[in-house]
Amino acid sequence: MQKKYNIEVDCANCAAKIETAIKALPGVKNASVSFMAQKLLLEADDAQFQSVLQQAVRAAKKIEPDFEIEL
Amino acid sequence: MTKKQKKTLRRILLAAALVLCAVLALQVLPLPWYGQLAVWLVPYLVIGYDVLYKAVLGIKSGEVFDENFLMAVATVGAMGCGEYAEGVAVMLFYQVGELFQSYAVGKSRRSISALMDIRPDSANLEGPDGTLTVTDPDEVPVGAVIAVRPGEKIPLDGVVESGESTLDTAALTGESRPRTVRPGDEVISGCVNQQGLLRIRTTKVYGESTVAKILDLVENSSLKKAKVENFITKFAHWYTPAVCAAALALAVLPPLVLGGGWVTWLLRALTFLVISCPCALVISIPLTFFGGIGGASRCGILVKGGNYLEALAHTGTAAFDKTGTLTKGVFKVTQTAPAPGVAADELLEQAALAESYSSHPISKSLREACPGLDARRAADAQEIAGQGVRTRVDGRTVLAGNARLMEANGIAYTAGSGAGTVVYVARDGQFLGSILISDEEKPTARPAVQDLRAQGVRTVMLTGDDPAVARQVAQDLGIDEVHAGLLPAGKVQQVEALLAQKENGKMLAFVGDGINDAPVLMRADIGIAMGALGSDAAIEAADVVLMDDDPAKIGLAMRIARKCMAIVYQNIVFALGVKALCLLLSAVGVANMWWAVFADVGVMVLAVLNATRMLNVHSYQK
Repeated sequence: MQKKYNIEVDCANCAAKIETAIKALPGVKNASVSFMAQKLLLEADDAQFQSVLQQAVRAAKKIEPDFEIEL
Repeated sequence: MTKKQKKTLRRILLAAALVLCAVLALQVLPLPWYGQLAVWLVPYLVIGYDVLYKAVLGIKSGEVFDENFLMAVATVGAMGCGEYAEGVAVMLFYQVGELFQSYAVGKSRRSISALMDIRPDSANLEGPDGTLTVTDPDEVPVGAVIAVRPGEKIPLDGVVESGESTLDTAALTGESRPRTVRPGDEVISGCVNQQGLLRIRTTKVYGESTVAKILDLVENSSLKKAKVENFITKFAHWYTPAVCAAALALAVLPPLVLGGGWVTWLLRALTFLVISCPCALVISIPLTFFGGIGGASRCGILVKGGNYLEALAHTGTAAFDKTGTLTKGVFKVTQTAPAPGVAADELLEQAALAESYSSHPISKSLREACPGLDARRAADAQEIAGQGVRTRVDGRTVLAGNARLMEANGIAYTAGSGAGTVVYVARDGQFLGSILISDEEKPTARPAVQDLRAQGVRTVMLTGDDPAVARQVAQDLGIDEVHAGLLPAGKVQQVEALLAQKENGKMLAFVGDGINDAPVLMRADIGIAMGALGSDAAIEAADVVLMDDDPAKIGLAMRIARKCMAIVYQNIVFALGVKALCLLLSAVGVANMWWAVFADVGVMVLAVLNATRMLNVHSYQK
């Protein structure tokens, strides 16, 4: 399953770091963070999608405390 | 400005005022070093607390090397060496640069959303009693009737029930000529109703409607990153630690080898750190691609990602489908050859009447060539499979069809010539003449091919049509190479052959109308689809979609792509060039902290300004 979320991320470099961090999470098939469009694309298996998403948000907040996501 | 930006601005102003106070206070009061430090620490913390916090956070989470870390180390180091003013100034300018960057990026983002302002806010849903309720387009079911007043956007795809109007499709196609619609015509969402009230029966839910698909596509496009974008991300990943190592070496090695001067070398190393911040690249490059994609969509060219923009800039070969791509895909009478003693009008009239009961595209084109005929003059129409028709027109037997029909009826005919389908007509066993029916070339096809050739692109036509017809069209348009009579699988083979032939680093674009070209669109480096208006297959399979089916947009797309890549490379060379120079100067002690601030913030501001040039749509719409 592949889903798209509206996010709020302040700097381009953090967006790149968040993307790298999410991609490295177990269960994530693909991830892309667009600083310009303020979007997060996440691809993971249906069964564990919710838990992967939660981990992704946690990872993002760790890098950028101001990170916001519309779930 | 957003709330956050306003807050940063207030902090900058406050810190600037505090700096001024500090300078004045120290002029009057000669304080010991710890007093001075205390006075400078106030503006420093006001302006830099978040950077310090994020730097600590970064170290904790294992993501040590980023611009926060660089800035924190550099400014804390400078303060530690007794250079209080420099430490505060660097932090202050860094924040000014960040604010500017955030403002510029936000502004570009908004101006691109404005370019793509096709999202309908509401729909006027008609109830069973004819009353209108304003509804969210998302909640309108298929088959409902909606009213669209003049000046409103059509919120969902549908068919006109009643009303007549002209539609402005500029936001979707970049085409400014209005389109006339009447009851029974299909309309697509995102168009603006210009004149009369339209009642539209919806055929799709909002999520499936054209406007939702396009918005989705444009928003997703920035998630597909170009190679150079990914390169910069990777580059920043290795670059920052490398610079930190170099700075450390600069701080430690020279004093050890040359002896003494620890503070001088430490300051040089810190300057080195400030200069090296990679922000200019990390920000300006995605911004350029975003601007390029936004600008292209304004011209009716939807590019599905920065990677395709990058590929478009390197197009070496363009392969075209013929029907529907270079030609209109609509048949028309292009030539008549009446037999001696027969008027051309009579020939056409007899043919049109004979074909008046057939729904074949050829028959339709004959009827369109002489409008206003009374179909009751024709009777007893009889279709002869694979040959044509036999009809009684005004009481006389008229035959209209191919050469086989003439031969089967023993009629002496003169063979017609030309690219297209020839219809032979005979009345009561006497040959009246022949009519040539062919597909018209799009008026922009020839200039489009010329434009591509002028840009050094090899042009190839791949078509399932008859070789004679294909050669004729190719010659008219000036296409370099033709492969005709191809089945869909044959097209894939030809594209693979072209892929094998292409020069290193050059890309192959295939342009098709998307319905039967899907496999080739996928196989080519860049699939460019025509017929986006209505054709879902095209939007899905292609990488670039031309909203108005105009082949001239291919050359334009390539120009936009090349401009985009030019700006990207300008920024890379400029930013790295200035930084390399300043790094060298700081290592030998010529450049101080103030140079460093320029090399960091100044370069970033210039790179961002350069990137925003991409938003100037008019510059590439000739």
